[in-house]
Amino acid sequence: MGVKLLLEKANVPGIRSYDVYRREGGYAAAEKALKEMTIESIVEEVKKSGLRGRGGAGFPAGMKWSFIAKPEGVPRHLVCNADESEPGTFKDRYLMEFLPHLLLEGLLISSFALGSNDTYIYIRGEYAWVATILEDAIEEATKNGWLGKNILGTGFDCMIHVHRGAGAYICGEETALIESLEGKRGNPRIKPPFPAIQGLWMRPTVVNNVETLAAVVPIIKMGGDEYAKIGVGRSTGTKLISACGNINKPGVYEIDMTISVEDFIYSDEYCGGIANGKKLKACIPGGSSVPILPANLLLKTAKGETRYMNYESLSDGGFATGSMMGSGGFIILDEDQCIVKNTLTLARFYRHESCGQCSPCREGTGWMEKILQKIESGKGEVSDIDLLWDIQRKIEGNTICPLGDAAAWPVAAAIRHFRDEFEWHINNRELSQTSNFGLQHYADPIHVPA
Amino acid sequence: MSLQFNNEQMTEFKRLVARYPEGKQKSALLPVLHLAQDSFGGWLPTEAMDYVAVLLNIEPIEVYEVATFYSMYNLKPVGKFVFEVCQTGPCMISGSENIITYIQQQLGIQPGQTTKDGIFTLKLVECLGACGYAPMMQVGKIYREHLTKEKVDAIIAEYRMQVAAQN
Repeated sequence: MGVKLLLEKANVPGIRSYDVYRREGGYAAAEKALKEMTIESIVEEVKKSGLRGRGGAGFPAGMKWSFIAKPEGVPRHLVCNADESEPGTFKDRYLMEFLPHLLLEGLLISSFALGSNDTYIYIRGEYAWVATILEDAIEEATKNGWLGKNILGTGFDCMIHVHRGAGAYICGEETALIESLEGKRGNPRIKPPFPAIQGLWMRPTVVNNVETLAAVVPIIKMGGDEYAKIGVGRSTGTKLISACGNINKPGVYEIDMTISVEDFIYSDEYCGGIANGKKLKACIPGGSSVPILPANLLLKTAKGETRYMNYESLSDGGFATGSMMGSGGFIILDEDQCIVKNTLTLARFYRHESCGQCSPCREGTGWMEKILQKIESGKGEVSDIDLLWDIQRKIEGNTICPLGDAAAWPVAAAIRHFRDEFEWHINNRELSQTSNFGLQHYADPIHVPA
Repeated sequence: MSLQFNNEQMTEFKRLVARYPEGKQKSALLPVLHLAQDSFGGWLPTEAMDYVAVLLNIEPIEVYEVATFYSMYNLKPVGKFVFEVCQTGPCMISGSENIITYIQQQLGIQPGQTTKDGIFTLKLVECLGACGYAPMMQVGKIYREHLTKEKVDAIIAEYRMQVAAQN
């Protein structure tokens, strides 16, 4: 069993309630932080921990905190990003559903460190029952003196508010989230100014992912240095992975980032192997936006080294032969899956979720969907592949927010690694409607350049 | 104006607005639109949006632009139970297409349509964050996961019984 810092108590009966959470040692870190530590020392511990943002970008959390402006007389806000919408990702939901007080404790410590008296949890609208769980937990924490006025006699006031979104992937982008929290359309803002200077209601704001904020609890408990000893390199601590697709045991797993991709997929402790005795064809290791990898490049890097479940190893080889840790949404495709069709559903997703502000994304995502639909339905031409490549290239880097990149990367990676499958679809129009390309050479040992 | 929150709904409205600082009441727009949709039959007629604009002291256009942006707000009448079936990648590779086809057959409607008796609406939606429990659909405020044909039958029967019990 690997180290568990977040989900250690997830299976304790009744852990969702305040009483059980407290009995199991909950809110001890908050007590330590508020009573024994200074704001500076809390930020210092988070910096030392090496904790990286768990939402997808992997930006060092302590550094993000240190950017917050502190102008006289202007309130500051912490906003928890619970707009989990990246296909393949459902880890934050698990954490909030089963350990709501762990998140609240992390939010309390972080609010104290950032000086946020009104902290917001922006939760995706569809997680309505999870919002209710959080509201109930907030009520319990308030009753027991962990939220409200003059917490633990420190003079610090903090209230946490749950804000339900209404169905928009783009609101996971921090400036779109802020716009949405202000009661507007989720159109990302042009940066600068960054939220740390002018965010919610033009006040200094820090936006962090659910898992990032929950991780503050073990960091305060054990100290930043100890936390940093877990894991490897710049992948410190533990990471929640939501595994799905054609595996025996889909679910949310906490890993310490030293496990190999192969062990994660095939060991019984985690995914339990490919479902129905099928073979592994491909994997999207970090949520739908990150590049898809064929089995051979997933298990070993292009240099032939074992690939591990951490930030550095998953991105080894760049986009040419690697991928990204992203949000930890781990999607496995077996030998029966069609890459063209999978890419089509993702292209449709991004077309649906584009906010429409930037032309390359608004128009380009629709074009990509149409061309993929054409190929998938057996009407494609070879020139369509180059056209797709051209469109994705012209979206990437040409939009205000990263949604453009997120839409372009899956298409680019599918063509990069599975071009022969696209060509097969086009050259076998009728056959492609009744059968699939299958595994072909994707699981072959990789060719190691001399 | 005939559409109005009753006392209980008005109490909830005030609770929602109180979460935001003085003068920032527009921030409550998304939660208030959820409340309005739940209160006024599952969708947002123009009249409901205009009412919300008055309550929050903002222009009607500020409400329209938000209501049309977010996918959870229904701008047309819907059935009593809305089946929102996920069709994105992870659900697709886990067999959502067969489930969608089966629901269409069982209800006799296409995506976007409502059954003649006004009980069911079928909507195809994008990723709802339940990829490990696929195929799945959202019905009202809950998720129905690990869908099979048998499970779909049972769910449809369950809701039909609920309606029958109310009549």
